[in-house]
Amino acid sequence: MNVALVQFKPRKGDVQANLASMRSIFKQLAPGEPDLIVFPEAALTGYFLEGAVYELAVEAPVMAQRIDEQWRASGATRPCDVVVGFYENVEGTFHNSAIYVRCGDESGVHVVHVHRKMFLPTYGVFDEERFLTRGRQLSVFETAFGIASILICEDAWHAIMPTVAALKGARLIIVPSASPGRGLCGTGELESNTRWKSLLSSAAAEHGIYVLYAGLVGFEGGKGMSGGTCAFSPRGDLIASAGPLDECIVKVQLDRAEVDIARATIPLLGDLSAVLPDLWLDEEIPVTRRLEERG
Amino acid sequence: MTLPVVEAPLAEPSLEINPELTTRWLEAFLRDEMLLRRGIGRAILGLSGGIDSALVAYLCARALGPENVYAIRMPYRTSSPSSLSDAQRIADALGINVETIDISDAVDGYLKHAPDADPRRKGNVMARMRMLVLFDQSARRNALPVGTGNKTERLMGYFTWHADDTPPVNPIGDLYKTQVWALARHLGVPKEVVDKPPSADLEANQTDESDLGITYAQADRILNLILLGYNDDAIVARGYAAPEVRLVRRRIDTTHWKRHLPTTALVSSTAINEFYLRPVDF
Repeated sequence: MNVALVQFKPRKGDVQANLASMRSIFKQLAPGEPDLIVFPEAALTGYFLEGAVYELAVEAPVMAQRIDEQWRASGATRPCDVVVGFYENVEGTFHNSAIYVRCGDESGVHVVHVHRKMFLPTYGVFDEERFLTRGRQLSVFETAFGIASILICEDAWHAIMPTVAALKGARLIIVPSASPGRGLCGTGELESNTRWKSLLSSAAAEHGIYVLYAGLVGFEGGKGMSGGTCAFSPRGDLIASAGPLDECIVKVQLDRAEVDIARATIPLLGDLSAVLPDLWLDEEIPVTRRLEERG
Repeated sequence: MTLPVVEAPLAEPSLEINPELTTRWLEAFLRDEMLLRRGIGRAILGLSGGIDSALVAYLCARALGPENVYAIRMPYRTSSPSSLSDAQRIADALGINVETIDISDAVDGYLKHAPDADPRRKGNVMARMRMLVLFDQSARRNALPVGTGNKTERLMGYFTWHADDTPPVNPIGDLYKTQVWALARHLGVPKEVVDKPPSADLEANQTDESDLGITYAQADRILNLILLGYNDDAIVARGYAAPEVRLVRRRIDTTHWKRHLPTTALVSSTAINEFYLRPVDF
């Protein structure tokens, strides 16, 4: 599976300009016949919208239509799957969502999946839950590569999220993100990006899954979105990564056999599946706490 | 048998920055916030001869090209001559545009009506006059005023409200003074500028550290611990003098208002920035 991860710098609130940029990127990518293209969180609007969320949020079919139009206008000759983070309007309830859409298919636009961000950061620089409603479901869905799942930004900071996705069968986790970079000491990498890589690598290696991460770039009112678009193999190895500042495309090839090999070599996911029911047990095996209690 | 012991020290986060990464980050900030968001490719700043404005001049020159940076020297008649020559040294080193506009007549013109003004009031008048000049010059040159206040002076309230803090973009406002020094050294700001004692130069022989009653080196470490959430006892336990910790804490706690827009009476459910919320770049 040929994947292109797009490190994207939107113009704040200018959806038409951002769709034009998307079309231009599709034109660049189409000759390489990608199977999957991933854009970051809030890619077509910018991340920090505050009270303007409701002005720019759209229904998933509308977003699918817009993306499909750009793909068809790019000169592409075959269908492609595209993931894009967007603000979603569901009957007046607003979500930070990501859509997985099948573009350019002769049967029409096909929304494969919509994930609604479950962990809405609302601390420090973040204020999502003031303007958005949290998603209630972590689902998996079928792709040409196999079962996949989407986690948006903070979703992936909770180890239980990739764990649950993997237990539900995911071989591939896609993470659209908008991460304000912070921490300028140390090795030359933003500390927030180092943290991201550590989290994503651990998730990939523990469960034998591919993890694809697409990050927004560009400054929004002083907050610099820190890119760091990257991919991790099912062994937890970093297979490609981009810097923190500039727009770019990260290309990776996914191989189903890599998942099989990783899981056969270190069957942690299988072990977890077996032990999981015991983890939820409240009953303790009696423990002798004092010598006098022994029979 | 006695085993060797490895003992964890009390955690104290470092103030070190990676100068390469910091430079790239702040250059990108200037380009994005000025060119991409505001469509303005020229910067204008007051060049005092001190390290903060010197560093900002270096960053602007790198981000926008020296030909797009306008440095204004705005001496008052009591300003130190060395401030002027240091500012010239910086402008020469960078090849940026430089102009001198003496604010003495304008300041004295007003002060004739305020004969009782003490040095503190006079200093504020000078700071506000400089900002008036800077904004007018920015309109003349279609250049965006760029701020030069650092995190330490912002937290200590050591600046004139609605003067030094007014430019719409500021690349160094989240850098402590010690980080400003480190970055300035890395970028090659002249040694004379980096090494001289920081001064607002509003009065003869004035220095920041004597005004503040604490060195920047100590203030920065204490500020950092306070902002990270440590209480005074925890900071003193890390070896800092209790009176210095109290001094820094008091400066922060009595100056929160200086880091905000004016307090507006809320009377509706559409109050600006309370209910009606739009980001600055929307």
